[in-house]
Amino acid sequence: MRDKFTEVFKKIKKDPYMCAGVIITGIILLMIVVGLFWMPYEPTKMSAAEKLQGISFKHIMGTDNMGRDVFSRVMYGSRVTFLIALGTVFIGAFAGTLIGALTGYFGGLFDEITMRVIDAMFAFPSILLALVIVSVFGTGWMQLLLSLGIAFIPSFARIVRGEVLRCRNTDYVESAKLQGVSDVRMIFVHILPNIKGVLASSILIGFNNAVLAEAGLSYLGVGSQPPYASLGKMLSDAQQYMFTTPSYCLCPGLVIVLMVLGFSFLGEGIRRWE
Amino acid sequence: MITRRHGRKKICALLTVVLTTLTVALSGCSSDKAGDSAKNSGAGSSAASEQANAGDTSKLIVGIPQDIDSLDPHHMTGAGTKEVMFNVFEGLVKPDENGNLNPAVASEYTISEDNKVYTFTLRDGVKFHDGTDVTAEDVKYSLERNAGVDGSEPLISSFSEIESVNIVDDKHVEVVLNKADSELLPQFTVAIIPKANANPETNPIGTGPYKYVSNAPQESLVVTRFDDYWGEKAFIKDVVFKIEANSDAIVLDLEGGSIDMYARIPSAQVAQLSDKFEIYEGTMNLVQALYLNNAVKPFDDVRVRQALCYAIDPQEIMDFVSDGAGTEIGSAMYPAFTKYFLPELNDTYNHDPEKAKALLAEAGYPNGFEFTITVPSNYKQHVDTAQVLVEEFKAIGVTANIQEVEWNTWLSDVYTDKKYESTVVGFDASTVSAGALLARYESTSSKNTFNYSNKDFDEALHKATETADDAQKTEYYKECERILSKDAANVYIQDLPEYVALNKKFTGYVFYPIYLQDIAKIRPAE
Repeated sequence: MRDKFTEVFKKIKKDPYMCAGVIITGIILLMIVVGLFWMPYEPTKMSAAEKLQGISFKHIMGTDNMGRDVFSRVMYGSRVTFLIALGTVFIGAFAGTLIGALTGYFGGLFDEITMRVIDAMFAFPSILLALVIVSVFGTGWMQLLLSLGIAFIPSFARIVRGEVLRCRNTDYVESAKLQGVSDVRMIFVHILPNIKGVLASSILIGFNNAVLAEAGLSYLGVGSQPPYASLGKMLSDAQQYMFTTPSYCLCPGLVIVLMVLGFSFLGEGIRRWE
Repeated sequence: MITRRHGRKKICALLTVVLTTLTVALSGCSSDKAGDSAKNSGAGSSAASEQANAGDTSKLIVGIPQDIDSLDPHHMTGAGTKEVMFNVFEGLVKPDENGNLNPAVASEYTISEDNKVYTFTLRDGVKFHDGTDVTAEDVKYSLERNAGVDGSEPLISSFSEIESVNIVDDKHVEVVLNKADSELLPQFTVAIIPKANANPETNPIGTGPYKYVSNAPQESLVVTRFDDYWGEKAFIKDVVFKIEANSDAIVLDLEGGSIDMYARIPSAQVAQLSDKFEIYEGTMNLVQALYLNNAVKPFDDVRVRQALCYAIDPQEIMDFVSDGAGTEIGSAMYPAFTKYFLPELNDTYNHDPEKAKALLAEAGYPNGFEFTITVPSNYKQHVDTAQVLVEEFKAIGVTANIQEVEWNTWLSDVYTDKKYESTVVGFDASTVSAGALLARYESTSSKNTFNYSNKDFDEALHKATETADDAQKTEYYKECERILSKDAANVYIQDLPEYVALNKKFTGYVFYPIYLQDIAKIRPAE
């Protein structure tokens, strides 16, 4: 067990992508986990006397237009952003993989119809979809999760379908078929494990897209409600103070960049793992 | 191989994003510190035009946020168009900066005892921009054009009450109504235009202090001083209204000199302007409040509403939302209506959390309660206000949750369907009349978004609308305001600040209680 651990550790050390990815993602996750137990200030605590301050020892990322500590809000906001991105990717990857695997494996008319529906979903901008969902179910982050998740299904379905199609004609699938393996076992035991590399890196890329999509949707007031904020929401609030208090938009922006960068490196690392 | 190269590309792209962000940030820092030099170099070509224009006070360039939607004064819809064309067109009466309606094209008016006949005496020597005199015929034509006499939908809905417009003699026009209405006077601000003009849409002719010269859609509207104006003539000869489609460019254009004036400039941009500009601080003419649905629990209890009023501190809200600027209000009236505004109502409920808690306990909520504040997400100032309110209510044990909604959702759910507990917005007045703000509190009004109902209020409002005497009418309106304040119909907060930037070459900007820009009052600084 210990040997295996050091082996993995060595392998990570050898690959610069993996190395950078693990470090950056680790820092972000650490910040989120610490934020669960301790934050330097209450993220909603306002102070009229400390509005729009720059970086200082007291407030290491400055304060916002309500005098709230930006670092505490970034800690809270990255938790929200991370959870939304995680949930989105979970919904998208789960449903997308299922659809992709079934259509790819069975093919025929079912495949044709499903893929055309998926094509149609591609045509809708995710923002429009989110607005429709929000106007039907109201605002809140469950709704945001749902709308982003649905918007992410098509891309996963596409990728998985392509991979399944490729695997379907390989020799080991043919031989399993000759042994009389059932369809369900075929998909989940013989095919899916063989495409896990592609799936893993597309999940990480999807995670990045989800972080950015959440930031975009926050402009519309969909998602987390004030006084709480996600990173994207903070960024959109900060834009009008860009010249007077640059630290306010720079800090959440940098955390988004780091988060995306870390997961991209991680994705690239995993792809090169074998 | 291909995928690997693809992967590299992605990392390159990411690095580009990082670098771009840093560049933006750093350039932000430099322009912040280097100040004027950076701004001038950025202005480029506009700097040249500034030199040509420097010291020249015969021409004023006003930046406006949107295009002119129509040149026909009776078909204009946008508030942004009306505020500009106020300088070109005039009605029988005209609003002034204190909220009074003064005779304009008419020199005087009388309203009959039964409020059914309005008689206007035309002013001598009022000329249209084409040089012809204003006749009773033109007045009749202009009013009838809006009243839908040909059976079409009236352009001004309350003009459907007009039975006939009669020419008494050359100088007198009487308007006969089919039902009594003493509140119709503000509608006679509608533009008087010549009957002889066949194309009011392309050839706008009015009686205002400025006459139309040219209009280039998406670009600018040019007007020039009308030297035969009956009243006090304008100071500045040429005025150009330049459309500023990009609101981010306002500061740059002001500094570069391609515009001299911009109204309703956001406070964050005011902070970036140099001392070349005079900043006029007025009010937005809105009644900003935490509006409560008086029909839902617990807001059906007057003590709960009063408790919320005691819980808030308007000055603290202003400190957070607009650096302390803004004007406190205590009822459904904003201070620019000096005639109707009652400053003493600001003190009906002074910040007192202890009293608030006592009132809540009395009402049966010793441990507070929880409610939702619905806020339109496109109005940052209202969202910010709601956030401060949440903190202030925490102090009296009341939990408020904010729900941001899109503007159209707000209109349908809150304004029309009244499916809400509370909301933070600002209400404005469509005409220069206290009735425009107060009539919506009448228990039977379809615009009564708050489900407010009080017999005394209804009675006072009726008296106000029935009375023709202005002083008495004003007194009844004030009574309405007092009732709203006593009843704590809503948690009234403030009238938000509005900033106008004007180049110091000019001076004399005046704020009005309604949405318009009076350019004729602006004059050269020397």
